[in-house]
Amino acid sequence: MSTVDKNDKTERAERLSVFKTYKLYVGGKFPRSESGRVYEVTDAKGNWLANAPLSSRKDARDAVVAARKAFGAWSGATAYNRGQILYRVAEMLEGRREQYVREVADAEGLSPSKKSDTAKAAAQVDAAIDRLVWYAGWTDKIAQVVGGGNPVAGPFFNLSSPEPTGVVAVLAPQESSFLGLVSVVAPVIATGNTAIVVASEKSPLPALSLGEVLATSDLPGGVVNILSGRTAEIATPLAAHQDVNAIDLAGADDVLAKELEIAAADNLKRVLRPQPVDDWAATPGIDRMTAFLETKTVWHPTGSLGASGSSY
Amino acid sequence: MASVFAYAPAPESRGVVDIAPSYGLFIDGEFVEAADGKVFKTVSPSTEEVLSEVAQAGEADVERAVKAARKAFEKWSALPGSERAKYLFRIARIIQERSRELAVLETLDNGKPIKETRDADLPLVAAHFFYYAGWADKLEHAGFGSNPKPLGVAGQVIPWNFPLLMLAWKIAPALATGNTVVLKPAETTPLSALFFADICRQAGLPKGVVNILPGYGDAGAALVAHPDVNKVAFTGSTAVGKEIARTVAGTRKKLTLELGGKGANIVFDDAPIDQAVEGIVNGIFFNQGQVCCAGSRLLVQESIQDELLDSLKRRLSTLRLGDPLDKNTDIGAINSEEQLSRITTLVEQGEAEGAERWSPACEIPTSGYWFAPTLFTNVTQAHRIARDEVFGPVLSVLTFRTPDEAVAKANNTPYGLSAGIWTEKGSRILAVAGKLRAGVVWSNTFNKFDPTSPFGGYKESGFGREGARHGLEAYLAPSSPEGER
Repeated sequence: MSTVDKNDKTERAERLSVFKTYKLYVGGKFPRSESGRVYEVTDAKGNWLANAPLSSRKDARDAVVAARKAFGAWSGATAYNRGQILYRVAEMLEGRREQYVREVADAEGLSPSKKSDTAKAAAQVDAAIDRLVWYAGWTDKIAQVVGGGNPVAGPFFNLSSPEPTGVVAVLAPQESSFLGLVSVVAPVIATGNTAIVVASEKSPLPALSLGEVLATSDLPGGVVNILSGRTAEIATPLAAHQDVNAIDLAGADDVLAKELEIAAADNLKRVLRPQPVDDWAATPGIDRMTAFLETKTVWHPTGSLGASGSSY
Repeated sequence: MASVFAYAPAPESRGVVDIAPSYGLFIDGEFVEAADGKVFKTVSPSTEEVLSEVAQAGEADVERAVKAARKAFEKWSALPGSERAKYLFRIARIIQERSRELAVLETLDNGKPIKETRDADLPLVAAHFFYYAGWADKLEHAGFGSNPKPLGVAGQVIPWNFPLLMLAWKIAPALATGNTVVLKPAETTPLSALFFADICRQAGLPKGVVNILPGYGDAGAALVAHPDVNKVAFTGSTAVGKEIARTVAGTRKKLTLELGGKGANIVFDDAPIDQAVEGIVNGIFFNQGQVCCAGSRLLVQESIQDELLDSLKRRLSTLRLGDPLDKNTDIGAINSEEQLSRITTLVEQGEAEGAERWSPACEIPTSGYWFAPTLFTNVTQAHRIARDEVFGPVLSVLTFRTPDEAVAKANNTPYGLSAGIWTEKGSRILAVAGKLRAGVVWSNTFNKFDPTSPFGGYKESGFGREGARHGLEAYLAPSSPEGER
């Protein structure tokens, strides 16, 4: 980021930094917004940081198509494989830690020259990385915790297993541009869903950069799709979209959340209402995972009454 | 085909049940009149006989009932779980003691055969109370946090197809978790819920913990919208479910919905045909097909279509339609005139769209609401009878060639409640079950229920699960020690 270069004034001729063109992350690719629009992203003091894509309804719909296309393979992948990939994302983030500390500091109005501010930004990035590792470990355990065999009173056995709901629209929290973002995306994909993520409207850059990490972490294209722009503008078509199965309203204010929840009723989307989060760094429960899981119960006759009391 | 054997009538005695000429609403432990004095009649669908006159709840009654439930909540939720458990065990026992009476009552008010109320509904009703009774003092082990708390007042709206069973599915977990209840039974089947109110009295349940408001959709809507209701549970049509989801939008009310279905019953060429035929019959003609998880779409592998249909038609010809109180009756009455006309309309549309209609020779009683078991062949996925929930004894037959095609056709619906798989090959069962987007998959069986097994749908069949450990979640606010969440 340019802000670091400013502190680097020395005798030698000042080097002009290379700006980054921030792009969306959809279907494993980095397109610009179909609308050709961008909006200005500034730091807390109002200094220009970058132009972020201002996604349109069409971008949202394209992202749904990409997420649906990716769902079969991702939900069908072994839980072990999904865990490996989530862990890989953590590895890749760890390698780019400094970049994200810088981006988070810029996004959230923390000064790179103040030690305590840098520490705050670093703590968030570290917590985000640790969060991914935590969810990586959940992929092959959640089914054991929330599913199981049921002791039915009759000559049958049945098994209840959790399955991903499908395509989930995730409105990332507005204030926690990176830790909050990772905290809402990881549980969705850990459980085998695919996601369309609407980045924090004010601070979208860490989210857009996350796409770069995801693209190089063995995560199949389309599993996570990241859009930036006006939350209300992008979320409205997602909440009404008939091929979206669930929506996480974390990043919506009360008025928007209600409007989106009403739209979501049209195809009975699973809705996770905005949950108050005091501290994104605290260990989350499993609620964010179970919110986007279905339970399937499969019955089969056993031909006997009980495991040992065979009638044969 | 006329019946080979003539059966002598074997009616169950009506004497075991004493239906009063009129009933009130059950609020705060008392039977009371509706605030506006309104009443409605409930009739027996098999004879159109008026069984009783029942108070009709309105908005003011919802207000009263919610207030009573709120007041009762304080003490009820503070009771040790082990004490709540004992109340539920008492209720379960009394249901067992009175099960014959309740079975006859349900058959009279609903029209379903006595063999179903006696052998399916009532045992399951008691089993659900027993099951959830045992959870009441073990909630910290249920996996919803170490200190799970009830939500408050639960507003519950249930349908007419399994009046007492749906009541049990809703009330048992609500009470076990420490919530109090305002329940609205359906307008065509209010009686068993009112008898349940009497069971609450016998069990000594504290006043206001359970309130019963017979009434119409407006009472249900008022209950769902009431600002002091913390939890809404609904079983019924998808259209109403969507309306309820809109109503609770933007509130903190927890919502679970059990909605419609269009279950696929998939029969592969290696299936045990005779068993499959029994399963198909059970899947769609159980409770006259008025079952949200009914297997209303038969998907049969093309190579065995003729053989299967011959067997199925032969079997349908042996079904006995008539007096629901007769112990030998397989097909009872349709629940209401309104429902009968809905079925009739959809079936006529099926014929108009070119599907081939078949029914066994079947004598239809002259009074009451009846519909002969009906089979449609030459059905395509575009036909309305293959897409819309008929909620009647009407089976649409479609065919497939490969397992992939079966899965694609089975999933080609906005619903996702149930499915059946018939094959001798275990790996095929698991492979197909894994791909079906449905909450319950029955393999080589159909329409089996058990309180330990979660039930509920994918997609537009609603959300949340009832029954089992999963069913507790709908009535609990997860909590854990400070700072952990």
